[in-house]
Amino acid sequence: MNQSFHINATFFRETGNIARFTGRFFKELFHRKQEFEEFLRQCFWVGYKSLPLVAITAFIMGLVLTIQSRPTLVEFGAESMLPAMVSVSLVREISPVITALICAGKVGSGMGAELGSMRVTEQIDAMDVSGTNPFRYLIVTRIMATTLMLPILASLSNAVSLYGGYLGVNIRGSVSWSLYWTQVFNALNFGDAVPSLVKTFFFGFVIGLIGCYKGYNSRKGTEGVGRSANSAVVVSSLLVFIVDLIAVQITDLLGLT
Amino acid sequence: MQHVIEIEKLNKSFGDNHVLRDFSLSLSQGETIAVLGKSGSGKSVLIKCIVNLVEADEGKIIVLGEDISELKQEALDSLRAKVGFLFQSNALYDSMTVRENLEFPLRMHWPKEKREAEAERAVMEVLTDVGLAHTADMMPEELSGGMRKRIALARTLILRPAIILYDEPTTGLDPVTARGISQLIVNVQKKYNTSSIVISHDLRCIEATAGHVIMLIDGRCYALDTFSNLEHTDDPKIREFFD
Repeated sequence: MNQSFHINATFFRETGNIARFTGRFFKELFHRKQEFEEFLRQCFWVGYKSLPLVAITAFIMGLVLTIQSRPTLVEFGAESMLPAMVSVSLVREISPVITALICAGKVGSGMGAELGSMRVTEQIDAMDVSGTNPFRYLIVTRIMATTLMLPILASLSNAVSLYGGYLGVNIRGSVSWSLYWTQVFNALNFGDAVPSLVKTFFFGFVIGLIGCYKGYNSRKGTEGVGRSANSAVVVSSLLVFIVDLIAVQITDLLGLT
Repeated sequence: MQHVIEIEKLNKSFGDNHVLRDFSLSLSQGETIAVLGKSGSGKSVLIKCIVNLVEADEGKIIVLGEDISELKQEALDSLRAKVGFLFQSNALYDSMTVRENLEFPLRMHWPKEKREAEAERAVMEVLTDVGLAHTADMMPEELSGGMRKRIALARTLILRPAIILYDEPTTGLDPVTARGISQLIVNVQKKYNTSSIVISHDLRCIEATAGHVIMLIDGRCYALDTFSNLEHTDDPKIREFFD
């Protein structure tokens, strides 16, 4: 009973703190003085540095999904539907979510560890006492970078995974380059592409927010830094799925599915 | 003489641990006071309260004529630019070069034109003052403990603060380097005419740098006197530190 009360209290306290942290982010976001140089540096780090990992994963995903789906479609005599089925699965769901999970692992943990280490070595306090707003310099730039870079990464991931799908189709079959892409684009419509792109902004936001929140509030020395990095990944991955669930419900309600 | 810091009846607790109890202090322009106390006696908490890194539970802290508890964030940031803080751990930004570390505080307090025109000269001047002009392009990890301490001091000096708060400036350094840092603190105080609070339990450092010493015992100002008077007192609680 006592333990359950403690878990509930911790959950609500943490939720409240994250809400307050989010509120402060929006307050600082609209301040006239912003750190554009640091924002660009973070965009480079989040976007460009994550690109190889995202691209390789996307390529393998597209290839494997196509190879795995083929036997079932062949069984029903629907082999020609393969490009269409693969493209809808990848663009609507798999590619954005996998990209977000990779970024939660790479970027979220990186932010949690970097900011956590800065916190325990008093570097954030040093920024504070020199009158430089560490929240604007460290947090706003990072959250904005993940929010804006994730849709770009997800779009590239879509393209690369569809290319993987093309190779997958041609391992056992023979579909020309132009026929494959014609089938892909015929299968996709507004309700597939746009909602999936919009939700990646939210994925990016929660990854940046949680990574920064965990790192910025890190305590208890090096053990705390490890814990921040770890929980940044766990919580942001979980939130990616929750955001995805909400996004699907909204898309469904709006009749876009 | 004009007081640059006035603290009245400062109280701070962490749970049941009462770190500071009705602590009062006045620091005059150009004066240096050392705070001597055992580990965990609240020395660092005291100076963190002065720059509002730690919020006091009760009491009044007036820095350069402004009550810090009543300041909004921007006013507090402006005030903080006039108060240098040397961290025990140095707190150098480890992903930046020495030059970038020193330029960092300027980004908020100097307009862009001034930064572009004068930052380089200001960086080299403070680096020369701490005797490390050749380290500008090095990373903090390439420096020794004593050098890092000097760079951290240079970073606090770059904004020309009126007050400098030193948190254990010689802890973790060998005696020769510690003596060098103590001498550097004295030189800096003379050149920049700063008022200072030195938190330490290194008696040599305190003797070299401070005019008066506060004995912080049980969270209270137990005694305030010159170093030599305290050194020759018979009070057993004070003698503990000198024997």
